[in-house]
Amino acid sequence: MKHQSIPRVVGKWLIPPILLFALYVQFHGDFGPGGGFQAGVIFAAAVVLYALIFGLQAAKQIVKPRIIETLVALGVLLYAGTGLISLFLGYNFLDYTALDPDSAPHGQHLGIFLVELGVGITVAAVMIAIFFAFAGRRRLR
Amino acid sequence: MTVGLLNDWACMVLMMIGLYTVIARPNLVKKLIGLSIFQVSVFLLYISMGKVSGGTAPILSEGIEVYSNPLPHVLILTAIVVGIATLSLGLALVVRIGEAYDTIEEDEIIERDLVND
Amino acid sequence: MIDMHLPILLIVIPLVAAPLCVLLRQKTLVWAFTSLVCLAALCMASMLLIRVLEEGVVSYAIGGWIAPWGIEYRVDTINAFVLLLVSIIAAVLTFFALPSVADEISGKQHYLFYTAYLLCLTGLMGITITGDAFNVFVFLEISSLSSYTLIAMGRDRRALTASYQYLLMGTLGATFIVIGIGLMYMMTGTLNMFDLSQRLPAMFETRTAMVAFAFLTVGMLIKLAMFPLHMWLPNAYCYAPSVVTAFLAATATKVSIYVFLRFTFTVWGAEFVFEKLNLDVFLIPLSLIGIYVASLSAIYQTNIKRLLAYSSVAQIGYMMLGIGFVSLAGLTGGIVHLFNHALMKAALFLAVGCVVLRLGSSDLADWKGLGRRMPVTMAAFVLAGLSLIGVPLTVGFISKWYLILAALEAGWWPIALLALLSSLLAVVYMWRVVEVAYFQKADDDLNVKEAPLMMQISMWVLTGATVYFGIQTDLTVNVAQRAAGLLLGVMP
Repeated sequence: MKHQSIPRVVGKWLIPPILLFALYVQFHGDFGPGGGFQAGVIFAAAVVLYALIFGLQAAKQIVKPRIIETLVALGVLLYAGTGLISLFLGYNFLDYTALDPDSAPHGQHLGIFLVELGVGITVAAVMIAIFFAFAGRRRLR
Repeated sequence: MTVGLLNDWACMVLMMIGLYTVIARPNLVKKLIGLSIFQVSVFLLYISMGKVSGGTAPILSEGIEVYSNPLPHVLILTAIVVGIATLSLGLALVVRIGEAYDTIEEDEIIERDLVND
Repeated sequence: MIDMHLPILLIVIPLVAAPLCVLLRQKTLVWAFTSLVCLAALCMASMLLIRVLEEGVVSYAIGGWIAPWGIEYRVDTINAFVLLLVSIIAAVLTFFALPSVADEISGKQHYLFYTAYLLCLTGLMGITITGDAFNVFVFLEISSLSSYTLIAMGRDRRALTASYQYLLMGTLGATFIVIGIGLMYMMTGTLNMFDLSQRLPAMFETRTAMVAFAFLTVGMLIKLAMFPLHMWLPNAYCYAPSVVTAFLAATATKVSIYVFLRFTFTVWGAEFVFEKLNLDVFLIPLSLIGIYVASLSAIYQTNIKRLLAYSSVAQIGYMMLGIGFVSLAGLTGGIVHLFNHALMKAALFLAVGCVVLRLGSSDLADWKGLGRRMPVTMAAFVLAGLSLIGVPLTVGFISKWYLILAALEAGWWPIALLALLSSLLAVVYMWRVVEVAYFQKADDDLNVKEAPLMMQISMWVLTGATVYFGIQTDLTVNVAQRAAGLLLGVMP
C-alpha cells in the first residue's frame, strides 16, 4: 500500500493519536475504564497499521523483533518483580501496601500502576510479535 | 421471565454452534473459529451473571449506589487473554501444518499420513 | 522469611525464571539456569511437604487479601505430595534434557524450549497449589498452552497435527471446566474452594448444581485422558520430543487427576458425588473398559512411544478405579499409583529417549538386537517394565496390591479378578518389546553406543526410585493414606 497516497496520509495522521490514546488508556486506567490489556492492544494496533501501510520490513526496522522479544520478557519481570519487592519488604507477594507502608492507598496505587505497566508492555509486545510471526510467513501455494 | 433468560439461551446457542463446528468441519481454520465461538459463549455466560438489575458500570463516581458485579468481568478479561493465546497458537500450528502438508483439510492430512506409513 | 513464603516462591521462581531464559538466550547457560531453578523447586517442595506433615494445612494469602476474598494458596497433604512429584520429575529430567534437546530440537529454539518447559512447570504446580477455583483454570491454560508448544517441537510433522488435536481437546476441556466454575460462582458467589465446599451443600437440590458438576467433570475427564476421552493422548505422546513425552506423561495427567480429586472430594464432597449422583456407577466400569481397551491397543502398536502412551491410558484407568471405590484403601491405591506410575512411566520414556538419541527411531522393528547393543538402557527399560506389570519388589506391585485390597474390602471380587487379569495384558505388550530387543538379531551391524552419561543418570535415578519405593513403602503409602483420609474426612 506504499504507493497509495490516501492510506499513507491518513495513516500518518492516525498513528500518533493512536499511540497517544494507548498511553492515555494505560495511565488513566486507575480512574476510568482502561488498563494494561487494552492499552497494550491499542499500542500494538498502531504498529500493525504502520506495517500494513509501509510494509513489514519498514515496521521491523522501527520495532526490531529482538527488542520485542526482550520486552515480552521484561513486562512479565516487571509484574513479578513488583510482587517480589513486597515479598522482600516483609509483606505477602503482591501486597502493594509494602510499597508505601505509611499510606496504604498510595502503596496500592503505585503497585497497581507498576503491575499494569508490566501488563501493558507485555501485551503490546506479544501482539506485535504475533503479527510479525504471521505476516512474515510466505503465502501458501 | 423469558427475557431474563435470553442471555442464557444465546449463550447455549452460541456454545452449540461452536461445538458443532469444531466437531463437524474438516477445515482446521474453521475448527478454530468454532472453538473461538465456543469460548466466547462462556464470556457471555460470565458477563450476564455479573449484571445487577439497575446497576451501572462498576466505576466509582458521585451519586451512584448500585454497581454491576465487577468480578466476573475481571475473570473474563483473563479468559479473553487465554482465548487470544489459544487462537493464535492454534493458527500458528495451522500455518505450520499447511507448510508441512500443503493442505489444511483434516481428511487430506490423514490420507497423507497413511501414505507415509 | 523463605519458610513463610514457601507456597508462593514455589510458583514465582519458575515463573520469573521463564522470561529470564528469554533474556539469557545462550544454550548452555539457559539449561544450567533451568536445572538450578528446578532443583530449587524440588528443595522447596520437599520443605513444604515436611512442613505440611508436621503442622497441617499451610495457607498463603496473595497480596495480603484474606480468603475467601483474595486468592489463597492452600497446601495440605495431597497437593504437597503432588507438588513433590512434579518437582522431582522436573528436576530429574533437566539432566536428561541437555543431550536429548540438543539432538532433537534445532539450536535456535533451545532457549524457547526451556522457557516453555519452565512455564509448563509453573502451570502444573500452580494448578496443584491454588485454593481458588478460577485460578485452577488460569494455571491449567498456562500449562496447556506451553505443553502444546512443547509437543509441536517434535521432529516429525505429525507432531504438529498431534499438538493441534490436543489443543482442540484441551481447550474444550478447559472451557467446560470454566463453565462449571462459572455456574458454581453463580450459585454461591465465591470462588475459594474451601468456601465453596461450605456453601454448595445448600444448593445440591438445584439443577444448576448438577449442570455445573457435569460440565466440570467432563472437562476434567478430558484433561486427565479418561477412557473414552483419551483420543488426544497417544499421538501427543508419540510425536513429542523425548523429554516432553516423559515430562507430560509423568506430570500433566497426574495433576489433572489431582484436580479431579480436589473438586469431587473437597469441593463437592463424596456424599453428593457418589451417593446422590452415583458417579462411581460410571467411573468403575469405564475405568475397567479403559484398562482393557487401552492395553489391547497397546499390544498392537508398532511404535514403542505409542505403545507406552496407550499403556498410560490403561494406567489412568487403574487410578480412576481406585478413586471409584470411594474407600480409604481405594483412594490410597489410586494416589500411590499416581506417584508410582509417574516414576515408572518417566523411566520408561527416558529409556526410549536414550534409544531414540542413538537409533533415531522408536519403531519396534528397529529395536532388534538392542539388548546386546545398549544393554544398560534396555536393563532400565525392563526393570521399569516389570514395575508397570506389577511384579513384587517394584512400585507397581504396591499400588495394585492396594487396589485389589480395596476391591476385596468392598466385596467386589470380580473387579479384583479383572484388575489382576489385566496385568497379563501388560505382560504381553512389554514382552513384545523384550522379545524384539533380546531375542532377535539386528539386521545391520552398525556400531551403536550407549547414551551419554547424563541421560543414563536421569534414567537410572527414576528406575532406581521404582525399585526403592517398591521396597521402602513407608513414605509413599503413609503420605497417600493421610491424603486419602483427608479427602474422605476420616483420619486413618
